[in-house]
Amino acid sequence: MKPLLTLSLLLLLAGCSSLGVKPWERDLLAQSDMQLVSDPIEASLDDHVYFSKEGSSGGRGFGGGGCGCN
Amino acid sequence: MTHTNTRPAQGAELASMLAAIGCAVLYGLPNQAAAGELEKWDFDAAVLQYVESDNRVQATEAVVGATRHFDTETSLNLKLTFDSLTGASPNGAMTDDQPQTFTRPSGRGRYTVAGGELPLDDTFHDERTTVAAQWSAPLGRDWSYSGGLQYSAEHDYQSRGVNASISRFFNQKNTTLTVASNLSLDTVNPEGGVPVGLSEVAEWGSPTFSSDFANSRDGSTADKQILDLVLGVTQIIDRRTLMQFNYSLSLSDGYQTDPYKLVSVYDQAGGTLQGYRYEARPDSRLKQAVFWQTKYQAPNDDIIEGSYRYLFDDWGLDSHTLDLKYRWRFANQYLEPQARWYRQSAADAYQPYVTTAQLAEDPQALTADYRLGDFDAWTLGLRYGYRFTDDREVYTRLAVYRQMPRDVESDVTPADAADLPDMTALMLTVGVSF
Repeated sequence: MKPLLTLSLLLLLAGCSSLGVKPWERDLLAQSDMQLVSDPIEASLDDHVYFSKEGSSGGRGFGGGGCGCN
Repeated sequence: MTHTNTRPAQGAELASMLAAIGCAVLYGLPNQAAAGELEKWDFDAAVLQYVESDNRVQATEAVVGATRHFDTETSLNLKLTFDSLTGASPNGAMTDDQPQTFTRPSGRGRYTVAGGELPLDDTFHDERTTVAAQWSAPLGRDWSYSGGLQYSAEHDYQSRGVNASISRFFNQKNTTLTVASNLSLDTVNPEGGVPVGLSEVAEWGSPTFSSDFANSRDGSTADKQILDLVLGVTQIIDRRTLMQFNYSLSLSDGYQTDPYKLVSVYDQAGGTLQGYRYEARPDSRLKQAVFWQTKYQAPNDDIIEGSYRYLFDDWGLDSHTLDLKYRWRFANQYLEPQARWYRQSAADAYQPYVTTAQLAEDPQALTADYRLGDFDAWTLGLRYGYRFTDDREVYTRLAVYRQMPRDVESDVTPADAADLPDMTALMLTVGVSF
């Protein structure tokens, strides 16, 4: 698992160098709607519901602790 | 969670109280300075109303966030969350043909469930307050860091957390590598004390009830520590697309058991109920997850977002989560349909009930908590937002969440999905950003 992960990370980084935009092409990406988590409050409310009701948590961010609901 | 009967708190009241405090603080400043200071702040507030079918859990959760910007990349975020839960929650026992009587977790009282009904502990009650502070700032041109503290308290649960992260930008900030870590120290002090794992639940009305109950307890508090580590890569693909890939690891060490959950004991599958045991989970858990997310802005300005998570742990549980959102933007409004699909396979220690023969083999871990069983779940939601300006918005979201257990295929303890807890919940959120 570990070597596979390292290899995929390296490939990803190597492949990434040809991707991207120039600084003046960031107009769309700068919009609040285009942030990876565009509404942190909605994300935290969802995380709390799913943390309480399912056996999984985290992935996008931290997955542990903070609640006696599971 | 607690098992007392107090007045449900009103999250909305708390939100307005906080807004009043914020205004009072600013009121102390001269008008011009107050206006200047106010421009450096962003505020978010939302209230979620969560209602489960069949009079199960109802919850109100209110969140207020305030962010002070010191420059374009340096900020301090403060967040206060308050939630209140009431209603009934499955206690882990199986539905039986006969009425079932359970001792309350406190040992002071009982409740009876009719034959053919799913056993629910109907005095479920909980109020939780969380405060969090997060500082984020750049470190030179190519680095940034963030650090935060979090504290939450419920009647029977407290958690203290500290987190830190560091990011490195590459390729004209088109690629970002992030390492983040969180340490959480949690303490549980259950109603009636900490049950001895797999001990017999004292039978209400039995002449030896007091001593049986005392023998099923082991102190009043238990701890666990959770260490999280997330490695993430964010990549801008082109002017309209960005992508994130995370690998995360979460190690939880200490008391993982739900002190209020039971396991029914039968002489054999389809046989006669013999009694109940408290559940017991292993005292450490290592979870790993890979998470991928992408966001794309179409030429018509609509935004499509998709994510996938694969999670697995050393309890034998694994899960797949797929999340899709489509934000249809028109003028200063938007409409966003959302869909989420989740499939979980059970932890090794999960079984819907236990047989006396299995107990004779002295198992180390056992749980009938449906949240560690085999189930599928989906969420369908619709969010609507109205924007006054770029950073002033009101929105609402209505979502339906449905959990569907799958049949337990086992030679020893088979169960039909119809006998396991299924659930539908409605979630309504109203929020504002300004």
